[in-house]
Amino acid sequence: MAIQDIQFSKEELARYNRHIIIPEFGEESQLKLKAAKVLIIGSGGLGSPALLYLTAAGVGTIGIVDFDVVDDSNLQRQVLFDIHEIGKPKVEAARRRLEALNPHVHFILHNTHINSENALDIIKDYDVVADGTDNFPTRYLVNDATVLLDKPNVYGSIFQFEGQVSVFNYVSSNGVRGPNYRDLYPTPPPPGLVPSCAEGGVLGVLPGIIGSLQALEVIKIITGVGEPLSGRFFTFDALNFENRTFNIKRREDNPVNGINPTIHELIDYEQFCGMRAVEEKPVKEITARDLYDWQVKGKPFKLIDVREPSEYKIVQIGGELIPLAKVADHADQIPRDIDVVIHCKAGVRSLKAIRELEEKFGFRNLYNLKGGILAYIDQVQPELTRY
Amino acid sequence: MATVIIPTPLRKFTNQTARLHVEAGTVGEIIERLTLDFPELKKHLLDPQGSLRSFVNIFAGDDDIRDLQKEKTPVNTSTVISIVPAIAGGNH
Repeated sequence: MAIQDIQFSKEELARYNRHIIIPEFGEESQLKLKAAKVLIIGSGGLGSPALLYLTAAGVGTIGIVDFDVVDDSNLQRQVLFDIHEIGKPKVEAARRRLEALNPHVHFILHNTHINSENALDIIKDYDVVADGTDNFPTRYLVNDATVLLDKPNVYGSIFQFEGQVSVFNYVSSNGVRGPNYRDLYPTPPPPGLVPSCAEGGVLGVLPGIIGSLQALEVIKIITGVGEPLSGRFFTFDALNFENRTFNIKRREDNPVNGINPTIHELIDYEQFCGMRAVEEKPVKEITARDLYDWQVKGKPFKLIDVREPSEYKIVQIGGELIPLAKVADHADQIPRDIDVVIHCKAGVRSLKAIRELEEKFGFRNLYNLKGGILAYIDQVQPELTRY
Repeated sequence: MATVIIPTPLRKFTNQTARLHVEAGTVGEIIERLTLDFPELKKHLLDPQGSLRSFVNIFAGDDDIRDLQKEKTPVNTSTVISIVPAIAGGNH
């Protein structure tokens, strides 16, 4: 809807009064917010505060992309959800909460995994995108899609105690386009070198801070008030309470919008991030049901759990605890004459443990529990605690 | 001598030290010194060919060393070097 066609009701004027009375903001900025369409990709740690504040602020149309359902372990930081929404799709839980917060906002739900096939279609009708996803393939996907579609992308990212914010692909009022994610980080780390938050953890309040900063930048882009964080890169260290803002620039060799672009459409981002490119020898796997079968039949085998002691305390299925970092030191305690099943939470750390044991110590009798303890809980013992 | 800020994900390789003071004349010398003092940092900063990894940014003051003289960027006692690796968390 064009701004001149929008009128505020008395309720809206009262609701947004604290915005409207700021001289630099005024009713004009509030009208721009109502006319705007914003897409939030990921409704988790970063998306929760961003969605709450943008809804409260009165953005007219908000799209939410998430394929996941609410889980107990989300509630430590995903403040959009409560215990009544556990097990329900996040986009629907988010809409219930947000509609109760501001009935003047129109929500569009995308209950799907964003990927190379659907990203352009999902993003194309929005004015601004905020990326609150949680893995490198999706980061590059969202970056490339927003560059190809000429949309500003408000980037936020967190890990443990560290947060990052920038505004990518923003065209300033004098027509100068700012850098994007590929100018900042041309290539992703190889899989396994940088742990995910699911493995490495994150302090719950940190996404609250970084996601709120994303909401702030979205509002600045829409209204034109202030200077968006374009060409600058903000980092926040929650441990030392230190923040720095660096200058970043566009690069001629950017494959999407440098001098000689080579990427003209979305690519396979899993492959780009090395998830599939590494043709490593497959390790033997066992499903949770087959493991249960072995247990029931009394087949001789050993079960090893390579998670951390804190996870073991939450739930365990009788495996001997040898955290991943200590596996090599304990290799001589792992039997070679019977089958050994190794598990972690979801199957990634146990895969690393098996690769290390096979490569360094020549083991041939190791099985990775497919889907980790989570799969075992789902398929065999649903009464156990998920986390 | 320059001050180097180690990001939280890499502090486990520097005995949890957040700020180091390194005797060096260039950014390249700082990286070399760090990988000698803390061998486990090496694979996170340098690729197998010994080049700086493209998902780890080094800033001298407020500027990316790729916009300065890369590894040859000179440093002095007032220079603050920040190491900022890519992180991707946010949703889960």
